[in-house]
Amino acid sequence: MPSTFTHEFNTPTFKAKVSFSTGLFINGQFLNGSDNTTIEYDLPLSLIERFLLTSTILVSSTRVPNGKVITSVSEATPKDVDLAVDAAHKAFDTTWGLHAPGAQRSILMSKLVTLMEKNADELAALEALDNGKTFKWARNADVAGAIDCIRYYAGWADKVTGQVQETTEDKLTYTRHEPIGVVVKFTPLTAIRMCHLINEAGFPPGVVNVLTGYGNTVGNAISSHMKVEKVAFTGSTLVGRKIMEAAAKSNLKNVTLELGGKSPNIIFDDADIEQAVNWAAFGIFWNHGQTCCAGSRIYVQEGIHDEFLKRFTEKTRSLKVGDPFAPDTFQGPQVSEVQFNRIMSYIESGKSAGAKVEVGGERHGSEGYFIKPTIFTNVDPSMKIVQEEIFGPVGVVIKFKDEEDVIKQANDTVYGLAAAVFTQNLNRAINTAHRLKAGTAWINCVNSLNSNVPFGGFKQSGIGRELGEYALSNYTAVKSVHVNLGHRM
Amino acid sequence: MAAKSIHTKLFGRALLSFPSRTLYRSSHTPSTMTSLSARIVIRAANRELEVPTGLFINNEFVPSADSPNDLIHLVNPATEENICSVAAGSVKDIDIAVTAARKAFNTTWGKNVTGFERSKLLNKLADLIERDQDILAEVESLNNGKPFKIARDFDIGDSIQCLRYYAGWADKITGQTIEVDNKTKLAFTRHDPIGVCGQIIPWNYPINMWAWKVAPALACGCTIVMKPSELTPLTALMLSKLIVEAGFPPGVVNTIPSLGSVGGAALSMHMDVDKVAFTGSTVTGRKVMEAAAKSNLKKVSLELGGKSPQLVFESADLEQAANWACLGILYNTGQDCTAGSRLYVQDTIYNKFVSLLVSKAKELVIGDGFDEKSGGGPLVSKTQFDKVWRYIESGQAQGAKVALGGQKRPGKGFFVDPTIFTDINANMDIVRDEIFGPVLAVGRFKTEEEAVSLANDTSYGLGAGLHSNDANQCMRVSSALEAGTVWINQYNLLNNNVPFGGKKQSGIGRELGSYALEEYTSVKAIHWNFGEKLDWPL
Repeated sequence: MPSTFTHEFNTPTFKAKVSFSTGLFINGQFLNGSDNTTIEYDLPLSLIERFLLTSTILVSSTRVPNGKVITSVSEATPKDVDLAVDAAHKAFDTTWGLHAPGAQRSILMSKLVTLMEKNADELAALEALDNGKTFKWARNADVAGAIDCIRYYAGWADKVTGQVQETTEDKLTYTRHEPIGVVVKFTPLTAIRMCHLINEAGFPPGVVNVLTGYGNTVGNAISSHMKVEKVAFTGSTLVGRKIMEAAAKSNLKNVTLELGGKSPNIIFDDADIEQAVNWAAFGIFWNHGQTCCAGSRIYVQEGIHDEFLKRFTEKTRSLKVGDPFAPDTFQGPQVSEVQFNRIMSYIESGKSAGAKVEVGGERHGSEGYFIKPTIFTNVDPSMKIVQEEIFGPVGVVIKFKDEEDVIKQANDTVYGLAAAVFTQNLNRAINTAHRLKAGTAWINCVNSLNSNVPFGGFKQSGIGRELGEYALSNYTAVKSVHVNLGHRM
Repeated sequence: MAAKSIHTKLFGRALLSFPSRTLYRSSHTPSTMTSLSARIVIRAANRELEVPTGLFINNEFVPSADSPNDLIHLVNPATEENICSVAAGSVKDIDIAVTAARKAFNTTWGKNVTGFERSKLLNKLADLIERDQDILAEVESLNNGKPFKIARDFDIGDSIQCLRYYAGWADKITGQTIEVDNKTKLAFTRHDPIGVCGQIIPWNYPINMWAWKVAPALACGCTIVMKPSELTPLTALMLSKLIVEAGFPPGVVNTIPSLGSVGGAALSMHMDVDKVAFTGSTVTGRKVMEAAAKSNLKKVSLELGGKSPQLVFESADLEQAANWACLGILYNTGQDCTAGSRLYVQDTIYNKFVSLLVSKAKELVIGDGFDEKSGGGPLVSKTQFDKVWRYIESGQAQGAKVALGGQKRPGKGFFVDPTIFTDINANMDIVRDEIFGPVLAVGRFKTEEEAVSLANDTSYGLGAGLHSNDANQCMRVSSALEAGTVWINQYNLLNNNVPFGGKKQSGIGRELGSYALEEYTSVKAIHWNFGEKLDWPL
């Protein structure tokens, strides 16, 4: 029997005892791994999962464990991948896929939403416990966002349509957007608890399967699997490349990638400065900077640069770092020791390259993975802290002259996930937003996403779009049907 | 790809009005240096032509920047004689072409030109191709081997239509506006041109594949570095001249004849190419995708191989089914990604249908492309000829029965006659592998379920066909077939406004129709806050 995770929350914001099985979730059951091994593991719980259409889903968590063990979970091995893919295929061919009408898929997804709402506090608490983000944010942003997203797609499930093309009167031609098949979604943090809710909602066994395992074994086995039709991955550009390579070498499965970013945030002289400061802080410090679209390069026009920097520094200094369950905490610990060390080495590299620390620049306290919100100035474009994704609460502030200058600087990156512009000038807002090479451009806001607006990367930030109607095309295969009604050969 | 809008009967009918022997000579003496053009004579048409043979960059024909002595020698597959030689582009030449394409994208094309203007130029290009359709068809026939009239009326006729179809899209690229919050926020999407596109096209439909790639890319505002097949680059170079005449700015379309291992690999690995569109073999398709993963994560669309099944049910009009089945495997001498190379017949009609099929297939004359009797030409090259024969021999060795063909022709030219195997099993190479020649494997089935399972027992998923007069069966079977295109009581006919592409290992992405626009655009979401005030910290 797989082990059971039990935890008694006794925090200012959430009090409850939580207990559930942490096995591999295959074919609707919680199982030990085939090799009966376990992973000493931070229980992963990310709720940004989308239960899309009729494709069957395999979720794989690929995190390495960090120093602070919360629980141990069953370890999946390539054998388990085969089991899960078989279960997903069986479900796809019998109870799901084209066998479950859109209306029925919609009902099940709505039920899941209801269950998530019922358990929202618990899910948020687990998220905070595992990830380090504050309970309040987990509840109001992550869990609420996931609920919103699943409800949004529940509405799409019975609205997947093809086209009918006019050709000639003796021919009928139409397209069907069929579910693509067995889909694998990698997420760095995975929803084991969600599996219980999936069963409770009444999804047929095998529709969603969750494996907890290491990237180099399970992740590899999945990317190379000959019976997986699609892999959707969110994570680093490095791993994204490996997945695409494995797809090319195996069955040419379709791949969508949401990868890294070094997103610019541009503030013009005529911006509402107070709002710009608030949004800029939100852009880089939200979720401790562990956001693909974090606004980590802040470009400020010379006319308001000094005033902006002064206010931004003050604002940053006022952010409270500490226990994620304390009601006034703004920022908890980084997610793991690996991430903590990585961010700290970027901070060191910035200092040794000659950048100036305006605020922060060191760990918070002496234990735990806490890092003070950090702002660098006096940077140049060749510095690692300007070029590379840090994935932590570290931003750079750069002065610029005019529109041409800043657009050139903003686009000087291999990434193209997001960008933001703050100005009250209509023409400047539109012109800048249009010329920025990024999949998302914000005007007078940043880091603000909506389930019905597509999200994804230009350049090396990824392939494909999530969210909105656009995401449907990632999970459907277009079939053209040509019906001859009278053309004699 | 496959045939389009065929209005004439292909089999056993005189198609051409030219003398029955292809005669051409080249006044271009093979030299060790690139010349920028060569004179060729199409004697069947009593025509002498000057064709470009250099690299086409920035609207000019130029020699290779660093390897002017590297040439690609072109062969007429009907006679095995040399036609002329063209420059073989190097890695450096690809780089120069990409730079030209990038410059055009940033200055004169891309977002610097309106959809109306792109539409106008695409229509102009279509008009010029229509004007030159005879000479283009002659050179296509000379270099590829396909019958002149098929090249003109099908390949080129369809290409013109394809360009006009996408000319119509150029000013209709739209995004969405998305209601977020009417009081504070508006979101909208722009479908931006993706940028510089590397396009790698095959030798089986040199002009037609050029049009499929160029038309949607230009309509969306992309710029192009085109690498035609090293076997058949001549017509792509001739079309490049028309690009200039139509008035496209320099650098918008660049053409680099090159070996796949040189130019194709360089495009796939290039750090400043935003997208590669490839049509060709699955083996090469994998390499393109791997190179994209290892370089700048460029977007990739792949149209790859197939082993497409056709099912004939007992209720079908057998005469019609036999005609379509012949078109399926014999069109373009079987050198077609969607070739219906596996045919499964219901056992109750099996004997009757097979004899009908054999008698129909026999009627097709495979011969010189300028011969009026020819309904099909030679295979494109010695390599393909040898490969197809290896498969025919393996079919015999593995115990399949030859119902038609199987005899080598004497004399010059890479001709292979229609070949039909029966008594097949699922393990034979001729049943599993793409042959890319006029070789059909015929099997039998009892039930609909068995037919579907045989049809889907392949790693490919490009095309599939079924012949039946049972409407419910047509709907059930077309749903169950795992393929990007399914024909019901028809085969191999495509339309420019209907998407085309592969499931499984037959590819990624869709060409044609409105769907192809997605391959050449990147979606940008713009979130416009006009009323939300942020308190900070949260």
